[in-house]
Amino acid sequence: MKAFTYQRANSLTEAAAASAKPGATLIAGGTNLLDLMKLQVETPNHLVDINRLPLDKIEDTPEGGLRIGAMVRNSDLAADPRVRNRYGVLSRALLSGASAQLRNKATTGGNLLQRTRCYYFYDVTKPCNKRDPGSGCAALGGFNRIHAILGGSNQCIAVNPSDMAVAMRALDAQVGTIDAKNVTRAIPIAEFHRLPGDTPQIETTLKPGEIITAVMLPPPPMGKQIYRKVRDRASYAFALVSVAAIVDAAGGKVRSARLAFGGLAPKPWRVAPAEERAVGASASESTFDAVASGVLDGARGYGGNDFKIPLTRRTLRAVLAEATLT
Amino acid sequence: MEMNAPVGSNALDVGARGVVGKPVDRVDGRLKVTGGARYAYEMEQGPKTAYGFVVDASIGKGRIKSIDTGAAERAPGVVLVLTYRNAPQQGRGNHHVAHPVLTSPEVLYYGLPVAFVVAETFEEARAAAYLVRVNYERSPGRFALRGGLDQARAPQGFAPPDSAVGDFAGAFAAAPVQLDVTYTTPLQSQAMMEPHATLAIWDGDNLILHTSNQMLNQGRDAVARTLGIPVEKVRLISPYIGGGFGSKLWVNADAILAAIAARQLNRPVKTALTRQQVFHVTTHRSDTIQRIRLGTDRNGRILAIGHDVFSGNLWSEQTYEGAALQTRTLYAGDNRLTRHRLALLDIPVASSMRAPGEAVGLLALECAMDELAEKLDLDPIELRMRNEPREDPEKHIPYSSRHLIPCFEEGARRFGWDRRNQKPGQSRDGRWLVGMGVAAATRGNTLQLSKANVRLGPDGLAVVRMAMTDIGTGTSTILTQIAAEMLGLPTERIRVELGDTNFP
Repeated sequence: MKAFTYQRANSLTEAAAASAKPGATLIAGGTNLLDLMKLQVETPNHLVDINRLPLDKIEDTPEGGLRIGAMVRNSDLAADPRVRNRYGVLSRALLSGASAQLRNKATTGGNLLQRTRCYYFYDVTKPCNKRDPGSGCAALGGFNRIHAILGGSNQCIAVNPSDMAVAMRALDAQVGTIDAKNVTRAIPIAEFHRLPGDTPQIETTLKPGEIITAVMLPPPPMGKQIYRKVRDRASYAFALVSVAAIVDAAGGKVRSARLAFGGLAPKPWRVAPAEERAVGASASESTFDAVASGVLDGARGYGGNDFKIPLTRRTLRAVLAEATLT
Repeated sequence: MEMNAPVGSNALDVGARGVVGKPVDRVDGRLKVTGGARYAYEMEQGPKTAYGFVVDASIGKGRIKSIDTGAAERAPGVVLVLTYRNAPQQGRGNHHVAHPVLTSPEVLYYGLPVAFVVAETFEEARAAAYLVRVNYERSPGRFALRGGLDQARAPQGFAPPDSAVGDFAGAFAAAPVQLDVTYTTPLQSQAMMEPHATLAIWDGDNLILHTSNQMLNQGRDAVARTLGIPVEKVRLISPYIGGGFGSKLWVNADAILAAIAARQLNRPVKTALTRQQVFHVTTHRSDTIQRIRLGTDRNGRILAIGHDVFSGNLWSEQTYEGAALQTRTLYAGDNRLTRHRLALLDIPVASSMRAPGEAVGLLALECAMDELAEKLDLDPIELRMRNEPREDPEKHIPYSSRHLIPCFEEGARRFGWDRRNQKPGQSRDGRWLVGMGVAAATRGNTLQLSKANVRLGPDGLAVVRMAMTDIGTGTSTILTQIAAEMLGLPTERIRVELGDTNFP
């Protein structure tokens, strides 16, 4: 760990201004950042602590949705009765991630900003374009069992590790932000995370000094909500493939399907044309397969992760069968 | 009191007090859950203690072309950076008898320690460790078991690698029913709660190591041999161990690095491996490739049984995964063949881990028995019972105890085996497909000489002392029960003290 200076922010404006300086980083729960600092993957020279900022409320919105403060802990969000009753997919996604202790510390905003668990990103003796731009990607020709089959580039095939963000993608959440000049934005979650392209070190569309204040959920969509996570261990493991599904079906027909995927790509993955294939179609194996083919359009394996292609297909088939069961 | 010959019936056999075999609370349970039990890294030796951090090799095989320790040495708090250039001469031997560190620029395997940074605080040592710049020259190596099969050889291990009875090849070829299957198991690593850790203190020529080690007496020998000092100058202390699973059977780099640094600095040095380092700085279980051949008559009686095992290790080591050792004794059959071959690789040392041999070997043998049962259309318990040997089928000596058949019968009764559907994929419990299966297991029980010191004080407290350790399995509680039974005292009047080479 490199030596750093520390500042406790007393207001959003102060935090935004302090975090805009080169080498400064916000710290919330710290469940990911502190590990990365110990390994010198992240080497901030200044930490801005936002744990005392009043961003820990979950509020109803006039539209019938929820506004989740950026500092709401993952445990509290998962346990909130409104979330459990109306956004089951989010509660389940949260509870499928990490451990109870980590969820007690981890925050909503921090979860959106957590870094990949690519082993080469974590190993400072190995090349990694995300950690050290221009050094190369060791995963492309190395061990890439956990890596992306969609959305990667020839610079980086790391996946986004969040479960929470996958559920939020299915729910069409928006990420609320503020900057030092008090300018606010609402970023659709689909546009929040970036694909790596030639700049895998830039992972979100946040600007320097822009701070996440909340996540806004629209009113819950119609349909059954499911979060299914396939992983190497039954607990305390990241997804190889996960599916957040909200499917409205009746009488053997699908009315609508929202399907977001984790473990497959550098961001929570969602394919609108694939969802459209389900609309009005019968709840049958052939429909599920057609949807899976749409989701996997353009998928490619890199050797170690080839299995994710059939695993995604099978997992989606099982989820859709469960969601349309009458 | 010596018990070098049978002593007839004793208090343990009679069990008059009924202390042994009774469930009792762990005698060290309260200490452990309240933090009162102090592990090696928690031992204090005052403000003079310095902290070490291991820098390990980031290549698979090759040599150090250059190593720049300047920045680390100038970093805040750093008092010593050890590399092969300034480490002392050390005694050699395989992993079981010595553990020299930083001996040359050669990198034998990924994760081999290449430097040890010692500073006033742990944080300073860790930060400085990231400043050590190592320039490597890579060379090709063999890293995968499959890539080393062509050069695999019969090892000189702890037990003869091969055994043969009768004519396996002829009997297998002539057997009316044959099964020839190959199973593979992956490499496995221990990840105990407490990583390998040591506090090294020199008192003149005497070395005290507070270290997390399972077998202190052999550890003391290894430390003495490695450092080239008389064994009576070495004391190992390890009263509590947060799990070992075999990888703390031997002295590891943490103990030797701390000892060397403490001597050079003339002050106590403490170090612990990181979780990541535990995986390659210490030992693991090799992956295996196992071929099993079973030849039977039409009734399932084994005529020929063969088990060939490939495992791998660092080229200088002899330890192999004894996956076929149990096959020598579990089932009958007149014609038998077991062989172990070791591939010589450029990987960290493979050694004992959690039922070495049995854990992966029985998996293969018992899967083969199930496949054979299916081939014969025979109940898998019935197949195993038909192959119950009357004596050890290789040594031709009687079993001291066995009880496998009563075990099958009782298990079948309790499980409702008669309701088993032999065809898989037929029975459901809600969303889950469920089934019933069976496997047998046998475990070698090594008997060794042991000593203990029991002192009965005027306060009525009996103190039992042994150099053996409790790795979290409850040894100190069990010894308390044994002592209580033998001495006719309540367990509260017994105190068991373990884990110090000053004890017998």
